[in-house]
Amino acid sequence: MKKTHIFGIIIIAVCVMIIMSTAGDASTYVSFKEAKVLATGGEDKKIHVVGQLAKDEQGNIVGIQPSEDKLSFSFVMVDDNQQEQRVFYNEPMPADFTRSEQVVVIGSYHNDVFVADQILMKCPSKYQEKEIS
Amino acid sequence: MFNAFLGDAGHLFVIISFVSSLVAALAYIKASNAHELEQKQWRTYARGAFYLHGISVLGVVATLFYIIFNNHYEYHYAWSHASRSLPAYYVISSFWEGQEGSFLLWIFWHVLLGVVVINTNKRWEAPVMAVFAFVQAFLASMILGVVIGDVKIGSSPFILLRDVMEAPVFATNPEFVPEDGTGLNPLLQNYWMVIHPPTLFLGFAITIIPFAYCIAGLWKKDYENWVKPALPWMIFGGAVLGLGIMMGAYWAYETLNFGGYWNWDPVENAVYIPWLIMIASIHTLIIFKNNGTALKTSIVLIIASFVLILYSTFLTRSGILGEASVHSFTDLGLSGQLLVYLLFFTLGAIILAAIRWKHIPTSEKEASAYSREFWIFIGVTTLCLMSFQVLIPTSIPVWNAIVELFGGISNVAPPADQVAFYTKFQLWFGIAIALLSGTGQFFFWKKMDKEKLKSELTIPVVTALLISSLAILVGKVSDPVYILLLTASIYSVVANAKILIKFVRSKNYRLSGGSVSHIGIAMILIGILFSSGYSNVVSINNSGLLLFKDAPDDANVENMLLWINEPREMGQYELTYKGSRVEIKDMPGYIEKSALIRTNDDYTAIARKDLASDGEVYFEKGDTVSVYAENTFHEVVYKHKETGKEFSLFPRSQVNPNMGLIASPDIRRTFGKDLYTHVSAIPNDEEEKEWSEREETEVQIGKQFFINDYVAVLENIERVDQVEGSSIEDGDLAVKANIRVYGENEEYMLTPYYLIRDRMVGRVPFTSNELGVRLTLLNINPEQNSFEIGVETTQKDYIVLKAIEKPLINVLWAGTILLMVGFGIAINRRYKEFVKQREQESASTPKKKRSKTEPKKTKGTVSV
Repeated sequence: MKKTHIFGIIIIAVCVMIIMSTAGDASTYVSFKEAKVLATGGEDKKIHVVGQLAKDEQGNIVGIQPSEDKLSFSFVMVDDNQQEQRVFYNEPMPADFTRSEQVVVIGSYHNDVFVADQILMKCPSKYQEKEIS
Repeated sequence: MFNAFLGDAGHLFVIISFVSSLVAALAYIKASNAHELEQKQWRTYARGAFYLHGISVLGVVATLFYIIFNNHYEYHYAWSHASRSLPAYYVISSFWEGQEGSFLLWIFWHVLLGVVVINTNKRWEAPVMAVFAFVQAFLASMILGVVIGDVKIGSSPFILLRDVMEAPVFATNPEFVPEDGTGLNPLLQNYWMVIHPPTLFLGFAITIIPFAYCIAGLWKKDYENWVKPALPWMIFGGAVLGLGIMMGAYWAYETLNFGGYWNWDPVENAVYIPWLIMIASIHTLIIFKNNGTALKTSIVLIIASFVLILYSTFLTRSGILGEASVHSFTDLGLSGQLLVYLLFFTLGAIILAAIRWKHIPTSEKEASAYSREFWIFIGVTTLCLMSFQVLIPTSIPVWNAIVELFGGISNVAPPADQVAFYTKFQLWFGIAIALLSGTGQFFFWKKMDKEKLKSELTIPVVTALLISSLAILVGKVSDPVYILLLTASIYSVVANAKILIKFVRSKNYRLSGGSVSHIGIAMILIGILFSSGYSNVVSINNSGLLLFKDAPDDANVENMLLWINEPREMGQYELTYKGSRVEIKDMPGYIEKSALIRTNDDYTAIARKDLASDGEVYFEKGDTVSVYAENTFHEVVYKHKETGKEFSLFPRSQVNPNMGLIASPDIRRTFGKDLYTHVSAIPNDEEEKEWSEREETEVQIGKQFFINDYVAVLENIERVDQVEGSSIEDGDLAVKANIRVYGENEEYMLTPYYLIRDRMVGRVPFTSNELGVRLTLLNINPEQNSFEIGVETTQKDYIVLKAIEKPLINVLWAGTILLMVGFGIAINRRYKEFVKQREQESASTPKKKRSKTEPKKTKGTVSV
């Protein structure tokens, strides 16, 4: 066997390893229901949940609770299946949080609370203004 | 004033630029396929078309700048990206804040590069510029803004606001022009955002040149001669794109508050991936120039780096990363068009390369393990794998989209902890890169064998091991992988330094580009290792009570609550938050917010007292000053507990109506490490404040009383002609109470007003955020010679702060500079080689060219 062939095989092996490992480390977008099932099944991998902040009939955001020391907060999020869930975040509330149209939380269940490690927010107004004042 | 002409002119320029680039492309194709007689004519024609294209692009740019600079907010682009209050240099960045503008920036660079190519290389002009002009046509189509049936081609920056927005005002007045634009995203109001995007786009733009040369070589079956002119461009591209990436990193470090310079966000990855491949292709071309091997690999890599640039454009602009990235563009409806662009050049290049594949010269030589080429090749492979490893997870949204296209369901998300995930792999690649870039250089001059290599390597290896053990001990590095990376990087520095010394001794400076840039890379690796691996949150608060029992117990609270003027301990410092500050135009330093009275206008204020900095009075009481109202700086005094030394940091916050709180850090830079501080939360605006019930106190002049536990004295009551913020009319009576309050560290003068107009009483209360009080002069009792003062209290001013230590981050920045110097030396060397080749060619043109490019040819042709 020529040296180049051995070299080629090694490269392919590394590539396969990278792909496998990426597949293993990749997270998933799930609903709260599925996340709960995963958590009770002993799976502690972090997952992504996409949803919105809970709102009342007037469209006001409800359920945001900052901690007394302002260093963490929790909120109610509604996932795409309309399931409500309290989410805890161990950082101060991002200020543009209440303006977000869509929220992606990355984290996992701890008992009945979803603990988010990261929050990605989508604020449409970030790049495009909607109204003329 | 409504001006529809500007937009029409701009749009016309766009259309001309699109059509002329197509014409130029077709004419250049003709020129490169024609006989020599016709060649010249076609070329002149094509050149004319390209210059027309260039002029119209300048026209587009000038029109858009004119619209933005002259506040023509009837145009959607100007309205949504600029505002009247923006300083001129930020107006420039609003030009490329939007997608259309950034495409335009890219097109603009291509025009300049095209002109340089036309004027530096006549021989390759026709085929290279044909590819070039085709790419331009695709880019110009992105801002075309033409709708044919249901198909939208491009998004024009000259669309009128009324055509985009549905607002009732346009029904009554179609020529309505908004007073002001919505302004620039505050995160982009940073000087790095003025220079970073042009640099990055120049880097993007340069990748087209090697690609065009490579395609031209394949097309004209001249497989080798394009390398020399392409090589300096490739190194230039690698340098500029690398610089752009690092500028982005530095901007993120200075402006964003995620505490770092690289977050492995898909948008960041999208430029890193092609950059690695560009660097790899530079190395393979160097191999090719040395011994004629690796040409095929180079061709593949050059095509790949261009295609990856297109792919990254697609990723960031099609909206496909919407749920995966925090800062990709939203979809402008161009995703289909971008996909066509990507596929056209990908498939075109692949098909052409496949057709020519077996004709491309190869060398069957097996590279010896003691040859320089072998080691460079391993390095190139490592770079490709590095890039591949980032490409796969970054493309997850694309995989999902493809699966869904075929009716499947895919819900794969990017790895939850991106930084940890990518670091895990890239760390090992970093080790490999350091080892290879340290060793590869030793094979530079002569044939190596085992013995020679041993003697060459002994000194650097031993020196590196000695220095690393010292560094491991001093830096307390304990993680075995980190130890490996550190040792490998130090080895690379030492080994390359040895080579560099050799060059310097033999005065071969122009050959030193490689070793200088490799030292730079190794320093970057060391800087990353310490600043990220040993980055340390110092504002940890273990005493904080958690609100929720279910929260993980081990969760540290990585933030600190600081009440104004209440010192708290943080590590070796005692921190005191001193209050909010603002910057004033034409005056150095910061001024406390309470020294200014806000006016209705957001950008001016009236001085409440003399404003001084370093003892010099810049503005007197009552002067109107210009403020940068969007920025608030929070003064935090750090006092070293042992030495007692003090310094202040001013982390910045911006409360933006669209985006809420934007926090930017302030950094205490020392040689060994940076102390990085930003606010994570600040109190809400005035109207959301909760005030206590008003307490009424009857006070007399000169007597002490208490306000919110502070001692206060009513010094006097004076009649005034002016009430802060507004003037008073004839017949009005206004008085001001001067109340001195003794705070923890300083005295405050609070001045509520009492106003009588037409027997009506008006009261202007005074609010002090520092003290958390609002005072109202309620009543004047002349009989008792006393005054009634209403006191309301609220939460005192506070900030929530996060502080991180970043050790040795300066090594990272210094390494970047060195890398750029190395690139510069290499560009200079390769450019000189190209000029030499060009001179030789033109000297021997008649004979050589005829035999090479045009084997069968009629007699008596004119050679050019």
